[in-house]
Amino acid sequence: MAISHILPRPLGEGRGEGIKSAVCGRARYKEEGMALGGYTEKGEGVSLLSGVRDSIRSCIQCGTCTASCPLSFAMDQTPRRMWRMVLAGREEELFRTRTFALCSACYCCTLRCPRGLPLTEAMAALKRLAAGRNLHKGTTLFYRSFLDCVRRSGRLRETPFMMLYFISMKNPYLPIRFVPLAWKLLARKKVSLMPVPPVSRPLEALFRKVEELEEGS
Amino acid sequence: MRYLYYPGCSLEGTALEYDTSTRAFLAALGVELREVDQWTCCGATAAQSTSSLLALVLPARNLALAEKLGDRDEILVPCSACYLNLKHVEVKAGRDGRLLGRINEVLAVEGLHWSGGTRVRHLLEVAARGVGPEAIAQGLKRPLGDLVVAPYYGCQCLRPYALFDDPEAPRSMEGLIEATGATVHPWSAGARCCGAAHMSTHRQVALELVTSILRKAKGAHVIVTVCPMCQMNLEGYQKRISKTCGEDLRVAVVYLPQFLGLALGLSPDDVRLDLNLAVTETFRRRVAGLEKAIGSPGASKR
Repeated sequence: MAISHILPRPLGEGRGEGIKSAVCGRARYKEEGMALGGYTEKGEGVSLLSGVRDSIRSCIQCGTCTASCPLSFAMDQTPRRMWRMVLAGREEELFRTRTFALCSACYCCTLRCPRGLPLTEAMAALKRLAAGRNLHKGTTLFYRSFLDCVRRSGRLRETPFMMLYFISMKNPYLPIRFVPLAWKLLARKKVSLMPVPPVSRPLEALFRKVEELEEGS
Repeated sequence: MRYLYYPGCSLEGTALEYDTSTRAFLAALGVELREVDQWTCCGATAAQSTSSLLALVLPARNLALAEKLGDRDEILVPCSACYLNLKHVEVKAGRDGRLLGRINEVLAVEGLHWSGGTRVRHLLEVAARGVGPEAIAQGLKRPLGDLVVAPYYGCQCLRPYALFDDPEAPRSMEGLIEATGATVHPWSAGARCCGAAHMSTHRQVALELVTSILRKAKGAHVIVTVCPMCQMNLEGYQKRISKTCGEDLRVAVVYLPQFLGLALGLSPDDVRLDLNLAVTETFRRRVAGLEKAIGSPGASKR
């Protein structure tokens, strides 16, 4: 039996409308503070981490997050222990773990957290902090290449995105890992090795405005 | 029924068959789609890991474009990752005027504005709630009674917003599958994470997750998915995984509208079955009408 059936639901039971109110009721997590006025758009590391800490301050260390996490088997610290590090401000230790980098945003912990904490969003915030510190290079460069491509052409094109990623990783052996899949995709003409025609950068103004606002706050 | 339509980047490339089959399947049921012109990337998980404002602005741009079209306020999204990004904006900006203002401040550089009226619908929600199993049963032209089907939901169409299904034990696909005459594979992996983008950045970890899902799918002829990322992870590495764990874990993996479209009488070409990476020969022959019935999976499977 899934754990959701054991945990108390604030409103309603069963499927349909009951579920909707139950889960969304609980998932009305304290994201308001995080989404805008909170840590996400402030410039420096210390206040950023304190924002994450504030968002999970009512954590009771029950371990439901760890028990729910499909990736916990690969993490060096369990999610519960990692949240403890955040709460205790043990920054150095925190940024040594690869726990938050391994979050796949499946939202299981967010859904089940008995305190209704925005754990998946807090994981994303930690990823942003790590990116700012140039940690977890592989993941950071992967996302950066992705956004560079989107900024350039509005929509993502797999080939230029992966090329950019390979170049930024500076590892000549990395592309080899992708050959079997790329082969299948090329055979079905789902990706192309032809150069992409230059485009009008439809999102440039939007990206700039976001940068301007984030620098200003 | 009429919906605005946001295909998303994958559906133009690696998930082309999801786009084609979604359009064909819904057209066969009389559902009209109007694609939002000039749509752009929703930011995927990349924006979220870089900037929280960008992660909301990128999807919001598409909602603003949708709103500009004016005639409908519901937008259908087949990709679960795109769906969640657009949904995040609908929910968060919908209850936080300050956030909506901030988003619109950015959108203004393009002369766009989103007032918050657009409702985001996942394809599965439209298929299960809008269309419904009865419509499938009524339009059934190719009964698939001998097939065992494993419904795979993934994460982001279910969580964190539980709007049309149980986020822990989803069942919305079951009625649709049963309406085709097929049997639902009893399993608990339908809402388990496939590893998502970790397949590129933490390969071994994602392979573990996919292996566990494929193991649990044993006994099914086909896995049915509703997300391009899940589809690619489940279909793209079967040979390698089978070799690593020394057991044959190959199984057909198709998108839900492909499967339902076939049941409604669309041809394998209409739903672009040629583009899938894992379609077993038996499944292909069965849905092409070359075989009347197939045995239990595992017996003469490949």
